[in-house]
Amino acid sequence: MSAVDQAASAAKFIEDKTHEAHFDELLWMIRQKRDYAASQVPEWEELRDLASAIKEHTLSNLAEYLEMFEASAKRNGAIVHWALDAHEHNQIVYDILQSWNADALVKSKSMLTEECDTMKFLELRGITVTETDLGERIQQLDHERPAHIVAPAWQKTTQDVANLFARVYGSDPTKVDPVYLAHVMREHTRALILEAKAGMTGGNFAISETGAIVTVTNEGNADLSGNTPARRIHSVGIEKIIPKDEHLAVFIRLLTRSATGMPITQYTSHFRGPREGGEMHIVIVDNGRSTRLGMEKFWLSLKCIRCAACMNTCPVFRRSGGLSYGSTYMGPIGLITMPTFDIRRYGELPFSSTLNGSCSNVCPVKINIHEQIYAWRSVMDEQHQIKFPKKEAMIVAGKVLSHPEAYRIATEATETALKELPRFAIYNHFNPWGYHRDVPAPAKETFHQWYKKNRMRNGSA
Amino acid sequence: METRDKILSSVLKNQPAHRELPQVPMFHRNPESLVSAFEKSLKYMTGEFVHRPPPDFAAYLRNKFPDAKIICSAVPEYAGNRKPEDYTNWSDAHDIDVTIVRSPLGVAETGSVLLTEKELRVNTIGFLAHDIVILLDPKNIVENIHDAYQHPAFREAKYAVLMTGPSGSADIEGTTVHPAQGVTTLTVIMWPVS
Repeated sequence: MSAVDQAASAAKFIEDKTHEAHFDELLWMIRQKRDYAASQVPEWEELRDLASAIKEHTLSNLAEYLEMFEASAKRNGAIVHWALDAHEHNQIVYDILQSWNADALVKSKSMLTEECDTMKFLELRGITVTETDLGERIQQLDHERPAHIVAPAWQKTTQDVANLFARVYGSDPTKVDPVYLAHVMREHTRALILEAKAGMTGGNFAISETGAIVTVTNEGNADLSGNTPARRIHSVGIEKIIPKDEHLAVFIRLLTRSATGMPITQYTSHFRGPREGGEMHIVIVDNGRSTRLGMEKFWLSLKCIRCAACMNTCPVFRRSGGLSYGSTYMGPIGLITMPTFDIRRYGELPFSSTLNGSCSNVCPVKINIHEQIYAWRSVMDEQHQIKFPKKEAMIVAGKVLSHPEAYRIATEATETALKELPRFAIYNHFNPWGYHRDVPAPAKETFHQWYKKNRMRNGSA
Repeated sequence: METRDKILSSVLKNQPAHRELPQVPMFHRNPESLVSAFEKSLKYMTGEFVHRPPPDFAAYLRNKFPDAKIICSAVPEYAGNRKPEDYTNWSDAHDIDVTIVRSPLGVAETGSVLLTEKELRVNTIGFLAHDIVILLDPKNIVENIHDAYQHPAFREAKYAVLMTGPSGSADIEGTTVHPAQGVTTLTVIMWPVS
């Protein structure tokens, strides 16, 4: 597959002012709600430290915890499968469904099944898959990938959804009301849930000690998908393991507050074993994770609990739309994880960042996201994955940044240039960010000039 | 080599050097009243709160759910006209208007209540019903999520859910609307175990 050009896709997104403003405002509102929720918990920073340390401990002893989890799950009566990659995962899920003669599957939202393209795999083999999460279902009906890992359809306005449901379900397109639209979805999905022979969920956490798969949802759809049919499958990545319930508590307190700004989701569900006469299968998936575990600069990205706080706070993400990344995981966490799946296809992604560091500051498990973005840029440079203008600019920047005097001259020259240069010289193809944005008005003096005038005491800086 | 062994040996080969597992404190702040804290948290999640058992529970239900025809009770305090065991096919619980069930645990921090297969007996009565009424002994309210996870149900139950307010979705426009796939309203009544 060809390389994803995030900047070009973002440019198309930005042309439509309505959607750009909608997405930006919505995500900023969620970011503010997250700040409020965090401020209500006095031990917030301590919880972040704990969460980070628990994840690092678990990842550094992952083989042992995986075996413990498997033993606990088997003791509970679950059947455990292991999948090396996406294809193996999909084949296992298909074989299980075949053994049940199930031609319809109801599932709750799972980024792992997005990563594995499971739905497409199953539908090509004649299985009807119904996404039961409202946002995920909207994307499924519109044949689009999720634009956001927590709320897949946030790139759409309410009017978009009203139009889509009118087209697919025959509902009233003039009722541009989220309550009405949620009701339409409930009515159409309920019957499918009641009739399905098999259910499927992902997993936010997998607890070694108890063998529980833990899901976190607002809608109750994991509980419905997992309880209504007697047989169910849970797919979970190897990095979702944590040792015990006491550790789970830390993550439950952080996850929803970071994701939506609410104290908790409506349903925090713990699936440990099959009901009487039922079956519970767990598919443990690697798909590149164990390799990433060995990457000194990048293994910490495996701490991610998929809250999307880094995405909501990212100025590039908010102004680009989630689909522009052309990837399962988008925004800052996508920049540092997607290249591990396919370095050619996602080689340009680490450049879709201003390196402002806000992503790292809001991350509930303290992943050093912006440092990893920078480290990936070096990797791309070494592996020649960078296009010519970006690379030329970086060589110049590298030379300038390594020589303080040159840096001073360059910044002073930039300020002068921004004042003096004609528009065509600033908004050219060497500066892709200039296409759709006005460069800020230049400062009257550089920081160094100001410092020299106001603060310098002994003649040195 | 089997996939399982391939994955485990790759993990073993690549996992970084051991890092310590921290102790998790309980973070108790000892609020004056756990019941008031629970009430505040539950209402924040759009749940409804009732301070004491209504003197005439049947009248209370008639008044609150005037159109309800099928009331499934999983508690001895009220008979209803269905028992969970009436639903041998779990999908059939779709016809329930109101489910009444007792929770063994409430969480003041979040307004959550715990339900497992022990209380629900047929798990779908908690989700497929239109509305749910939950009895909770105020003595069973704990301060925070750390306390909650000490409950043995999380190590014993095949299915355990911390339910917090009625089902909702913020997938359109980011503002939570009710219901989504689960119950439309959720009411918790402070009701000591007799």
